[in-house]
Amino acid sequence: MITFSKRQLKIPEMSKPVYMVTGGMSKFGRAIPEKRIEELAIDAFTEAAEFIDKTPAELKKYIHSCYYGHFADHFGDQLLGEALIHDRLGLDPLGNVGIKTGGATGGSTMWEAFKAVASGYSDCVLAMGWERMDEVPTDEGNHYISCAADKDWETPLGHIYTGYYAVMAQKYWQVFGKSEDSFRKTMAEIAVKNRGYARMNPHAHGPMKITVEDVLNSPVVAFPLRALDCCLMSVGVACAIFCDEKTAFELSDNPLLVYIAAGSHTLRAADRRHMEIPLLTHESAEKYRDLNDRFPGGDRYPGFTGFLAARMAAYYAYGMAGVYDPTEDLDLVELHDAFTISDIQTYEDIGIRPYGEGRTYVESGDCYHTNPHTGKPGKLPANLSGGLIGNMHAVGATGIMQAVEVGQHIWGRWAEMHENQKKWDDFGRTKPGDWQNLQVMGAKRGLAISHAGVGSHVTATILVHPDHQLERRNS
Amino acid sequence: MTNLEKRGTVKVINGRYRPNGNFHYIYPNTPIYSDSGELMGVTNPRDITHIHTYGGEAHFFSSLKDGQLWGTRCDNPACEHTGTVNLPYKTYCPDCLKKATPVNLTAVANSTAKVHTFMVTERTGAFNTLEKPVRFINIEFYGVATILMGYLSIGEPKIGMRVVPIFRMLDPTFTILDLSWVPEETPSENLPSGFSFSK
Repeated sequence: MITFSKRQLKIPEMSKPVYMVTGGMSKFGRAIPEKRIEELAIDAFTEAAEFIDKTPAELKKYIHSCYYGHFADHFGDQLLGEALIHDRLGLDPLGNVGIKTGGATGGSTMWEAFKAVASGYSDCVLAMGWERMDEVPTDEGNHYISCAADKDWETPLGHIYTGYYAVMAQKYWQVFGKSEDSFRKTMAEIAVKNRGYARMNPHAHGPMKITVEDVLNSPVVAFPLRALDCCLMSVGVACAIFCDEKTAFELSDNPLLVYIAAGSHTLRAADRRHMEIPLLTHESAEKYRDLNDRFPGGDRYPGFTGFLAARMAAYYAYGMAGVYDPTEDLDLVELHDAFTISDIQTYEDIGIRPYGEGRTYVESGDCYHTNPHTGKPGKLPANLSGGLIGNMHAVGATGIMQAVEVGQHIWGRWAEMHENQKKWDDFGRTKPGDWQNLQVMGAKRGLAISHAGVGSHVTATILVHPDHQLERRNS
Repeated sequence: MTNLEKRGTVKVINGRYRPNGNFHYIYPNTPIYSDSGELMGVTNPRDITHIHTYGGEAHFFSSLKDGQLWGTRCDNPACEHTGTVNLPYKTYCPDCLKKATPVNLTAVANSTAKVHTFMVTERTGAFNTLEKPVRFINIEFYGVATILMGYLSIGEPKIGMRVVPIFRMLDPTFTILDLSWVPEETPSENLPSGFSFSK
């Protein structure tokens, strides 16, 4: 049983407010042989500049330091690739640093950028992340990803990261899903939803119009996970610009307040030790007293079914932003749907649903843009970008892409950034005839979860329109 | 002599790694063209051998060839969690950061190991040496705070299934692959080649 001290549980207090003023993305794809990653970085940066009616050269004049996220040097066979991109962006002599936290690299990159502004070190910073996963054969790519597990105790066991995840999926499926066909169908609905939303996104690598049956008939990767339950392996770049208040309103008349927090848990799932469930402010211990009665085998927390890092990142970030109940206080979320089952696990970790009841977020229709049962707006739409399953998982870029997507909803500019025929043409993609505007009407606050490994690092990024701040009541 | 036979080996002499033989092989790169014959890039082939340090965990990996499974226990009376037993083997207690005491968990594993969760997959990454499908199991033990990852060599895994460790004592690799698991009461004649029950 492990415990935390009061000091460790302190809600972070930043020295000054931090704003996100813009963000941009490149095209995402399984392979983009016609462009160097540095060129895709320029595409993303240019989109961010043009979003606030600046030229790239004008925006660069504001930037004071740079934060670069890139998960795996192995893929590009290039150490200090961050410096190469910095050079190509023409940002010398500004200080810059590379950040690596596996799948959470994008979120962690923004976390560092956020702190640089909050501390007063910089008035305006660039957070940029990327990955180039097409320069090795897929099985070598899987080996490299498996090197993010423990090389002595885990990597030799199959050299396949999906396997280290699938054992968690198996446990959740049997304990909380009770091995029910209906639960397996709920998992599949997530894949259908996210790949379907990706069809509305010109950036997206993996759009598909599929059915639950297509998911259930796709090849087994590691039961209960099938091919269409799994995220993409992508190439691409995303970036965001964070500023202090004065600079933010110089660059934009509509910047968004940003709050970012991080949590961690053991790299090896094997090292997880039992603990009481850390409660979020809207939860009570009573809720979980009979968890093992309702879900036999569910008594070991976090065991192999919960992500402590996600829970702690949410705990800190909710405290910073004043979020009490995420389902009530947020208008949309972008979650790290590496696998359909880990998406469900995350609903519980971040308090959208209590532990054991994640499936109801999907089954109720709350997670959809338009609730399929009522035809009305979903209570808390999730992964309208298409997520990692439908849009992309260019690892270092992913967390930043999520924040930019959330921002575009709060800015009320989602349609502008996704409908534009020129963008579809430039990316060589065909806009579907049934293209749908997924703008969340009246969005004021949103959350992005960036997640690494089997839960080793997680960040929670909350974007809030300044006119709709919440009162902090849980610090 | 083939490249593999000339591949480098390493000894530690006077506290330093002393490589001997070939540690890298260089091959010519090749161009990558598009369908229309346009140059898109080049391949960068190479073959590298890394050196890897086991440090305090060498005891664990070395003991597998002797049919023994070792973990560690914090015996620091001042530690908030004194008495915690870890497997995977941790040289230092993660709570107090004092040196932990190695404990032989072979008997504990033989009598209490059971499958916490598992997965079966036909898909592996490059460099995998396990027979497919790979049957990962995560094993819990009585009195051990953590859950070890391993692979099942015989049978189909189920949550709660009792398993016992087997050890590659013939031609060991000195990696975690020298430890595998089989269902309780598996006859010794059924074990994979080179593997035996604990001594």
